[in-house]
Amino acid sequence: MLLLLLAIIILHLAALVLLFISTIVSAWTVNGTSSSDLWSNCSTVSGYHCISAYAGEWIQAVQALMILSIIFSFLSLFLFFCQLFTLQKGGRFFLTGIFQILASLFVMSGAIIYTVKSPEWVSGSFGFAYILAWVAFPLALISGLIYVILRKRE
Amino acid sequence: LLTRTPFPPQSQAIVIYTGWERHALVGSDVRLSCSFFSWRWTSEDVTFSWSYRPDGSRDSISIFHYTGGAPYVDNKGPFRDRLEFIGNPSRRDGSILIKNVDYNDNGTFTCDAKNPPDIVGRPSSVRLLVFDKLPVQAGVITGAIIGAVLGLLVLIVVIYYLMRFLVARRVFNLSVSKHGKKGKGKEGSQPRQVSLRPTCRYTVACFKTLKHNTPQLNL
Repeated sequence: MLLLLLAIIILHLAALVLLFISTIVSAWTVNGTSSSDLWSNCSTVSGYHCISAYAGEWIQAVQALMILSIIFSFLSLFLFFCQLFTLQKGGRFFLTGIFQILASLFVMSGAIIYTVKSPEWVSGSFGFAYILAWVAFPLALISGLIYVILRKRE
Repeated sequence: LLTRTPFPPQSQAIVIYTGWERHALVGSDVRLSCSFFSWRWTSEDVTFSWSYRPDGSRDSISIFHYTGGAPYVDNKGPFRDRLEFIGNPSRRDGSILIKNVDYNDNGTFTCDAKNPPDIVGRPSSVRLLVFDKLPVQAGVITGAIIGAVLGLLVLIVVIYYLMRFLVARRVFNLSVSKHGKKGKGKEGSQPRQVSLRPTCRYTVACFKTLKHNTPQLNL
C-alpha cells in the first residue's frame, strides 16, 4: 500500500503548496495597471508603488483565515506522520482528517469573505492567486475526507 | 611663492532615513522625521531639505530648507504657518511638524540631507495619509483571530488531557480511600473495587501505568 500512502501525501502537499502560493503572491485582484493581494495594493501608474492594506477589518480577517488554514494543514501533516506510527491496527486517522477539513473550511470562508467584500476596495477581475485559493479548498476537503475514511492496516 | 590649495576631501555616500507611511487624523499634528547616516562627523554646513508632492500631481515644491545653521520654513505655499522645524541638526535629526493636517495634505514628502563633503545620497520619501477616523492598525485583527483560534485549540487539548487525568485520578483515589465517593463523580456511582495499589505518586511513569487501566476515551 506504499503507492496509496504516497498518493495521499502528495495530495496533501499539493493542497498545502497551493495555500502557500495563494496567500503570498500578489494577484488576488488584477486590472490593467495594478495588482493587489491580501497584504498590499500595488500599482504601476507613474512608477511602482504600493500601499498597504489598511482597508479595515475584513481584509485582516481574510489574512487571518488564510494563515490559519496553512497552520492547520501543516499540523494535519505532522499529525498524519505521528498517527502513522502510533495508531493501533484498524484505527482511523480522525485527528488528521479533522485538521485538514478545518483548514479547507478556513480557506473557503476566507475566499467567500474576499469575494463579497473586495469590490469595496479594489476594482478589477480576480487574479490567479484567488483562483488557487478556490482550487485549494476542494483539494484540502477531499484530502481530509480521505483521512477520515482511511483505516490503518498491517 | 606658490600657495598650495588643500585637496578637497573625498565625498562618500550618505544614507537618508524617513518613515515609509504616516497615518494621521484630520486636524491633528503629524511629525515627519528625517535622519541620515554618514561616516563623517556632522559638519557645520549640514543641510536638510523637505519637498512635497501632492497625490496625483507630478510636481513637487520645496517647503523647508535648513542651511548655514538656520531653518527656512514655507511661508507662501500650502503649509504656510503650519510648518515647524523640530529637528536637531547637530544630532542628525531634520524632523518637521505639520499642524492641523487636512485631506489636501495627502501626498509624498521627500527629505534630502547633505553632510558636506558627503553629498551623494538618495532622498527618502514618506507618504502622508489623512483619515477621518483612524483605521485599525494593520495586523491587529489578523493577530487577534489567529491567536484566538490557536488558543482555543490549545485549550481543547489541555481540557482533553485534564479529563483523562481526572478519570485516572478517580480510579486512583478510590483505591486509596475506603469511602469511595471522592473525586468528580461524572458517570456512574458504582465504586469499583480496585485492588491495585500504585506504588508511585504523580510521576510520568505512574501516569502511564494508569493510562492502561483507565477506560478508553473515544474521540
